Amino acid sequence: MGKIDDVEVINGEGYQLTTLDKAIGLARANSVWPLPFATSCCGIEFMATMGSAYDLSRFGMERMSFSPRQADLLIVAGTISKKLGPVLKKVYEQMSEPKWVLSVGACACSGGIFDTYSVLQGIDRIIPVDVYVPGCPPRPEQIIDGVMNIHELVKNESNRRRYSDEYKHLMQNYNIEIEDGKAE
Amino acid sequence: MEKLNNEAILNLIQGAFPNDVLFHEEPYGLLTLEVTAAKGHEIIEWLKNHETLSVNYLTNIAAVHYPEDAGREFAVVYQLHSWKNLFRLRIKCYLPKENVSIASLVDIFPGANWMERESYDFFGVEFIGHPDMRRILNEDSMDYFPMRKEYALEDDTREDKDDRYFGRNNQ
Repeated sequence: MGKIDDVEVINGEGYQLTTLDKAIGLARANSVWPLPFATSCCGIEFMATMGSAYDLSRFGMERMSFSPRQADLLIVAGTISKKLGPVLKKVYEQMSEPKWVLSVGACACSGGIFDTYSVLQGIDRIIPVDVYVPGCPPRPEQIIDGVMNIHELVKNESNRRRYSDEYKHLMQNYNIEIEDGKAE
Repeated sequence: MEKLNNEAILNLIQGAFPNDVLFHEEPYGLLTLEVTAAKGHEIIEWLKNHETLSVNYLTNIAAVHYPEDAGREFAVVYQLHSWKNLFRLRIKCYLPKENVSIASLVDIFPGANWMERESYDFFGVEFIGHPDMRRILNEDSMDYFPMRKEYALEDDTREDKDDRYFGRNNQ
């Protein structure tokens, strides 16, 4: 990791003091397992992002998880047709908490140029999105910037986000069931 | 055997179905016939089983919508190919909007199955005798036929579109 300086710490001789939340956030942020849900040209840019030139694995993302059960970050890159919508929603529902969503490219964010009867006008109509990456398609640098923003969220938001009223309300709006976790 | 030309093919078809070939033309050399919708199935079957013609391959089925053409709003277009004689031909059947239905070709060409489902999906053409007449590409819950010209191509659920940004301000 080597990034402990990022969090507020008290450094002493031979010890370092911080809160558990921050330590966990830091660990989570640097070990995010993404699930690439790539459907078209943005998927190609994402592949470049994963490749050795841009090397997403620098950020603890060495392993793409193609099982939603083991993934933390859903990366939706590309046009999602209305027929594919329920599939995407199912994939999101199968991911276990905590989970984040990165929407890559104009199509995933808003339907893009495909303002037509068969295309979903933005994935935020069926699942909540944490970070949007605009572009048609975005450069790998932009995707990495989106991932950095996801990292900021992971580091700084409450480790128990899923129990908060806002989160429950959000999920209710999307008609997504969440386990009734016991925070106490 | 002498090579079949469009004229010879047309004569053979017109000889067998004198009253059903309503119109013919040859755009870009491709023999195109308009036949009565009721006889479309029979003619294509005859073409396939004909000893000399042997039109054994159905390249494509498509539908077209002509909303201003009263009484013949829908066309079903069959593109056929004879591998034996190396010629193609196109057969069109026109249908009125009150009864957009025509006999299915699945019993002649099993490959017609998905093509007919596609024409149904986008234009609402009913293929009578089709074993599985339902949508193929669009979501099952769709309640209209999107390629018909009375429906807008654009998605009507977008709220963020301001015509000023698209050069469509007519004020």
